[in-house]
Amino acid sequence: MKEYQSLKLIATSSPHIRAPQTTKTLMRHVVVALLPALAFACVNFGLRALCVSAVSVAGCVFFEWAYRTLMKKPGSIGDFSAVVTGLLLAFVCPVQIPYWMILIGDFFAIVIVKQLFGGIGCNFVNPALAGRAALLASYAGVMTTWAEPFSDTVPVIGSLADVATTATPLAMLKGGAFAELSSQYTVLDMFVGGIPGSLGEVSALCLLLGGLYLLCMDVISWHIPVSYIGTVAVLTYLFPRGAENLPWMLYNVLGGGLILGAFFMATDYATSPVTKKGQVIFGIGCGLFTVLIRYFGAYNEGVCYSILVMNLFVALIDKYAKPKRFGAAEAGKEAAAK
Amino acid sequence: MASAFFGGVHPHDMKAATNEKPIQQISPPVEVVIPMSMHFGAPCTPLVKKGDHVKLGQKIGEFRGLGAPIHASVSGTVKAVEPRPYSMGGNMMAVVIENDFQDELSEEVQAPENPEALTPEEMVEAVKNAGIVGMGGATFPTHVKISSGIGKVDTVIINGAECEPYITGDHRTMLERPEEIIHGARYLGKMLNVDRIVIGVEDNKQNGIDELNRVIQETGANVKVQPLRCRYPQGGEKQLCQAITGRQVPPGGLPSNIGCAVFNINTTCAVYRAVAQGMPVVRKIVTVSGSGVIEPKNIECPIGTPVSELFDACGGLKDETYKLIMGGPMMGMAQYTAEVPVGKGTGAMLAFCEDEEQNLDNPQCIRCGRCVSACPMHLEPLFMYQYASKNMMEELENAHIMDCMECGACSYACPARMHLTHMFKYGKQKLRDHQMAQKAAAEAKKAREQAERASQAGGQESGSVRKEAAV
Repeated sequence: MKEYQSLKLIATSSPHIRAPQTTKTLMRHVVVALLPALAFACVNFGLRALCVSAVSVAGCVFFEWAYRTLMKKPGSIGDFSAVVTGLLLAFVCPVQIPYWMILIGDFFAIVIVKQLFGGIGCNFVNPALAGRAALLASYAGVMTTWAEPFSDTVPVIGSLADVATTATPLAMLKGGAFAELSSQYTVLDMFVGGIPGSLGEVSALCLLLGGLYLLCMDVISWHIPVSYIGTVAVLTYLFPRGAENLPWMLYNVLGGGLILGAFFMATDYATSPVTKKGQVIFGIGCGLFTVLIRYFGAYNEGVCYSILVMNLFVALIDKYAKPKRFGAAEAGKEAAAK
Repeated sequence: MASAFFGGVHPHDMKAATNEKPIQQISPPVEVVIPMSMHFGAPCTPLVKKGDHVKLGQKIGEFRGLGAPIHASVSGTVKAVEPRPYSMGGNMMAVVIENDFQDELSEEVQAPENPEALTPEEMVEAVKNAGIVGMGGATFPTHVKISSGIGKVDTVIINGAECEPYITGDHRTMLERPEEIIHGARYLGKMLNVDRIVIGVEDNKQNGIDELNRVIQETGANVKVQPLRCRYPQGGEKQLCQAITGRQVPPGGLPSNIGCAVFNINTTCAVYRAVAQGMPVVRKIVTVSGSGVIEPKNIECPIGTPVSELFDACGGLKDETYKLIMGGPMMGMAQYTAEVPVGKGTGAMLAFCEDEEQNLDNPQCIRCGRCVSACPMHLEPLFMYQYASKNMMEELENAHIMDCMECGACSYACPARMHLTHMFKYGKQKLRDHQMAQKAAAEAKKAREQAERASQAGGQESGSVRKEAAV
């Protein structure tokens, strides 16, 4: 065509090209990265793991859609963030949680924590973890009952009274039963995931695979997971509470939700600092609080609360961990020379 | 080892469409439209009127203050001197010349007998008379950059980074006219009395680097080629200085503050032609590319050629074309008509017909921090966006928005598709207005106080006079 007058041209500000990544593709990558852990949960706890996750995802998507529609706001379920929240909330609950209960958690996470503060990017604490904290406060009994691994006793529907339950590795660590723990589960068990615990947190191997995928896809950077896990590893290695340093450290790092929290929860964009410097500070803070809660707190596990507490520090960290202004050092030198 | 700076993004360079195509001369246009503003500074005053006959290279626009003269790019008759659409939006006074296809050279164009014998002052004068401006797009008058840099500068940097996607004009120049670049660089070094001359080239143009090195070896010129990491905006003046010298330009400063002077490859060629041949800037190499162009090419054309003729030379545009961009895709200006002419700073003309923009309906920041990592000026675009959109002027100033060079890296990297760069252009203007208004208010207050004090003093005086009278 050479009749350029008839072209319908758009004149907008530069830049005129954009990177291929969008919010939607990033969230989809997170969903994909969670799939190995979900698959392992089905192997470990049976099909109920899949059903709990599906109900939770459906609940989150429904609440997000319903809120946006009722409030006459533009729809946002297309960005997959509600799917991620639903999956993560299911991952941090015990597998025998009643379906109605996880829906309450979904409501709290999506409506109270996320949408009431403005939707994606505006919430100041992690929705999935806040949902878990709300459930733990409301239904402490159910939320601290753990099914035995590979026991095949968790029904998809029906009574949960017959489910064989057991103590988590972290509870045994807290109770000073380290010798018993190491005889019951080897380090390899802890790594692969044949242990009791929350639905999605048990397999460090699958979670690390997912985390590696996120790093490769440039969804997250290494700063938070490395500084977080590193801090926990160093502190537990240095203060083994009477046990041998290395095994104590390994059981602490692999037991509980540390890997899940460090790769998938603490790295939540909206509730972590924006600079790399800030992210390292944030990760160290998470690690510190995790160890403090595990050692001195009332709970066996500290990952959930440590991340929630550090979420509250994000605004402060962002304020002080600013990037160094371009040329500021040179300007200082010039001023000194004068 | 390739040098680098902190931050930046790595867009697909899209250069394969044109980087193996030699620079092609366009068939002479029937008429050229030469706008009187193709430089940083006030527009030129036209020296010709309707009906005048002009020759190629004849000066047709004279500058006042900061600027550079403008020359006829073809010979022929002046058809009109009137405002015409131009690339910066709106209309600009322009000289329209009807081409007589004779290319009759003006007597004003005089080649010196021995360019090597010229003194630095004479060389600067030649650059000034040739109307050379920064041809990378900034269009700052080159003679001003040189004369203000003499004595301050210890490194001359030739900018061959060409970091914007699609554009290959500088790359082709390296391959086809390396002698012009090397000699131009030498002349620039002589003018600024500098021994250290570095040509920075992104390492995706290895054959260009080899070609320059070959000429350097043959001529024994005191010029060095430095490969740079391929990363946008490597060709930003401040980033280039940082990558090559390790020094950072202080906030609000210029490369001359850290002893650098940066010139584009095309500017360097223009300097060579001005010094060696006395030839003013009358032609420009333009990369015509993008998904909307049927056959992308590198084209050399007279300044003032309507861009529609460039597209004609490339087989036309596709029907679905929705955007014409003068310049690169990261910093170029979108045009609302194909009638705008090629100016001295036009390095590329792009037409898009696919989903390059990838806009979303309801952009919502997710605080991922990619903009912070991408910003080569170490700013925090996500916070600046909030301040600008809420008119928080003090916070905006403290976030150093004036350091922003509008390179577009943040917007490019943003997965939420926020219109960051757009907001900063607006925010910078808003802040400037705010500061002007504050200054004016402060001055008005001072003037009022002075007037009050004066009238009070006057009142006291008259009071005392009255008292005296009473006594």
